[in-house]
Amino acid sequence: MDSAPSEHGRPPLALKILVAGGFGVGKTTLVAACSEILPLQTEEVLTDESVGTDDLVGVEAKASTTVVMDFGRVSLSDDLVLYLFGTPGQDRFWFLWDELALGALGAVVLADTRRLADCFPSVDYFERRGTPFLVAVNCFNGEQRHTPDRVRDALDLDPEVPIVLCDARDRESAKMVFVALVEHVMALGRRRRDNALLA
Amino acid sequence: MWDDRDAGRAGTPRPENEPAHQTEHDWLDDAAGPVVRPYAMTGGRARPVTGGLSLLTYVEALYAPEADLIHLQPEHRSILMMTRKAQSVAEIAGRLDLPVGVVRVLVGDLLQASLVSTFDSDAELNPPDENILQAVIDGLRSL
Repeated sequence: MDSAPSEHGRPPLALKILVAGGFGVGKTTLVAACSEILPLQTEEVLTDESVGTDDLVGVEAKASTTVVMDFGRVSLSDDLVLYLFGTPGQDRFWFLWDELALGALGAVVLADTRRLADCFPSVDYFERRGTPFLVAVNCFNGEQRHTPDRVRDALDLDPEVPIVLCDARDRESAKMVFVALVEHVMALGRRRRDNALLA
Repeated sequence: MWDDRDAGRAGTPRPENEPAHQTEHDWLDDAAGPVVRPYAMTGGRARPVTGGLSLLTYVEALYAPEADLIHLQPEHRSILMMTRKAQSVAEIAGRLDLPVGVVRVLVGDLLQASLVSTFDSDAELNPPDENILQAVIDGLRSL
């Protein structure tokens, strides 16, 4: 009943990466491109008890709705597994993000240049929370309407936040998005250590 | 095959200039998913008897004689079957197609009955070191 290793040996170390972005931008597709399982849809239930926001005032007691989060798994080795969580696309479920973001390695903000503004809230959220993130521009059908520099300007991103182009349907492309994120996390960690040494 | 389910679930796109508060229940749009009463399975309980179960908390079934299981609901039994090898809360929820909140309550029951043990993944507690990050990068590249 305690946290002792199990008799079957310790389960793999689990790391968590979030995939955020606007509604319909391809979050499920990106998770599916890398996951070894069909993305499972974990649902969180919203009841009048679960939130303290004004949004639910007037809703009768026990009424509930579900919020769907896509969930994929990538086993990297016997003792390392990566979990990919697609965040709920609806803005009003922000409070669920806090649990998702807790202990997350980092986040991919998926952007569609036709609707760049849709990813503002995600960028804002991860900036405020201090979660390492990058912006991946999903180029549907190889279509690229803006250069990374214009995307950076439009989103007012810090120079250190990487912007990568990707095709969320393509496994190789999706893999490289996550590789770029982990490299970014590593670079941030090094910079923090260097700054600590200088201070 | 990989159509964006976000878009699929929405059915029709939301009108751009939809008034924010059209009806009393306007938060219940198509994107919100089906309206359900999943807590029927938990006897109306929305909170587990024990706390501290995160999405990546591992759950593992403990050995128990069959006699200890006869009072369990089918969902409890399904969780015990699944967790003969440790599984995360998120994975249980996904595979059983149950909301995470419901799984938390059910796992809480099993914990209280000493039918499962749980343990948290270290990574949620400690940020991983550079060796682990490098292993993630190498692992991803070689997929």
